[in-house]
Amino acid sequence: MDKIYFDNSSSTRMDERVLAEMEPYLFDSYATPTSDFGYSMGTDAKDALRISRETIAKSINALTKEIVFTSGFTESNNLAIKGILKKLKNKKHIIISTIEDFSILNTVKMLEKDGYKVTYIGVDEYGLLNINELKNALRDDTAIVSIQTANQEIGTLQNIKEIAEIVKKKNILLHTDATHAFMRIPINVKEWNLDLMTIDAYTIHGPRGIGALYIKKGTPIKKIMDGGYQEFDKRAGPENIPSAVGFAKAVKLVTKDENIELEKMRDYIIKRIINEIPDTIINGHPTKRIPHNANITFHYVEGESITLHLDMRGIAVSTGSACFSKSLEASHVILGIGGDHERAHGSVRFTFGRFNTKKEIDETVLALKEIIEILRKISPIKKAEA
Amino acid sequence: MSLPYSEKVIEHFKHPRNVGKIDNPDGKAIEGSAACGDMVAVYIKVDKDSKRIENIKFQSYGCASNIATGSIVTELAKGKTIDEAKDISWQQAADELGGLPPIKQHCSVLAVDGLRAAINNYEEKNGLIKNKKATTIEIINKRLKHVMNPITGLDVVKTNLIKKVELINKEIIVIMDIPSNHQFANSLKEDIVEKLEALWDIERVKVEFTE
Repeated sequence: MDKIYFDNSSSTRMDERVLAEMEPYLFDSYATPTSDFGYSMGTDAKDALRISRETIAKSINALTKEIVFTSGFTESNNLAIKGILKKLKNKKHIIISTIEDFSILNTVKMLEKDGYKVTYIGVDEYGLLNINELKNALRDDTAIVSIQTANQEIGTLQNIKEIAEIVKKKNILLHTDATHAFMRIPINVKEWNLDLMTIDAYTIHGPRGIGALYIKKGTPIKKIMDGGYQEFDKRAGPENIPSAVGFAKAVKLVTKDENIELEKMRDYIIKRIINEIPDTIINGHPTKRIPHNANITFHYVEGESITLHLDMRGIAVSTGSACFSKSLEASHVILGIGGDHERAHGSVRFTFGRFNTKKEIDETVLALKEIIEILRKISPIKKAEA
Repeated sequence: MSLPYSEKVIEHFKHPRNVGKIDNPDGKAIEGSAACGDMVAVYIKVDKDSKRIENIKFQSYGCASNIATGSIVTELAKGKTIDEAKDISWQQAADELGGLPPIKQHCSVLAVDGLRAAINNYEEKNGLIKNKKATTIEIINKRLKHVMNPITGLDVVKTNLIKKVELINKEIIVIMDIPSNHQFANSLKEDIVEKLEALWDIERVKVEFTE
């Protein structure tokens, strides 16, 4: 049975062309960049790193020196927030949204315990940030505002440019976690007026374990991990050359056409499920969403049961149900958009990638129709009689 | 495929036994709530003379372990006397299923609770409660521990949603520490009334809110 993988926001299948690009740096030029006056294998590595950095910088209209490689989005998000606070010692206030990824949410929760003050800005029913709330939350001692570009679960895209205008007017630093939007929508850090932005290679069929933080030239930041002076003294540790090369290749492989294809798949699955399975609703914004995310709640049934039935048919998706998560807590994103626990428990996320096809969607919809019927039949919760 | 569940759990999850509803059941109970993620309804028909469970059905809104436990517990209970069936434990159900992940105890214990509550409901309706102890605040609190706070998935007592419980003559008044327009106010109220009004010596249950 061919597996159908619709969980591309959790991980992606690496593109062979990425691996091919990485291989020489695993088996031939495997040195780390030495000083400019070191041996040749080391200077080769240094060149490869510079070229990779250039490619990634260009993709978001940043300067080469503004890209700092990290081990992934979690580290980038930690570095962005903790690194700024470490430098701006007298500023003790942070602003984030209620639906950020755990790498932001739990970072600031930990900082709260250390005495920092955090304001959590709410979102509307589609997941769009409450702009007025943001305006009122900005303070003289606000060190950083961190608002995601796209949501990890429901795919809603924030209007970062508008948010930046408000935040920058007060001379406050702005970070955005663009993990789920990077390369899937056009991003221009200069036009958006960003100070910091998190990106990762894993969402675009690149290698795992490498991400980057865009840090605008002149941004006050200190490294949070001590060690060597790599990455412009902003991130210590020997450089991961093969992964950096793979990251750059993955960036080059994403095309506009591919994103249009993903968008078609997204719209197709939404249309089919909403039309063909009763009592289903879309989570997230109807149009302001990343091209590869569809998130749907199937009323009266529980998500883990849906995912397990799908898994037995070789289809991988994820759910916001408490029973699915390691913490046994319902999705804070669905609750954040004002959904109740039932809406979170019955929510299923489909995220598409380069290797998915329309035919796979047809198979999935067929399976879902059966599964939802089975589960609704045994559920004590039924649609209220009209 | 390395799933966290045993083959038997998967088997019962795929083909649950005794699913459905019994019209005019002799005893019924609903444990958990949709809001807290898992819910089980149990219906029983009991033979008046032998006190054996003649028929039993369940419905589940829940994860795989919830569905599978509902299936196995109803299998185990069928044909047993109500006293025998009361002794079926979660451990017994879990063993029967070839084990359950410990983290899923919360979801799967509901079926066992549901069976016991359905039997209790039958006994109360038929005046079979042997030691007719007068209801006390302690007994009320014990029952309230089976009402789930949907926000946390923990019970309303543990999560401090119960401000005060009063017992005056045959009336219970529960004062909850949430406003009446709270999104779960009504479902919690219904749940509490259902759990408490089955007590043999109680005639009325009132639920009040702080605002």
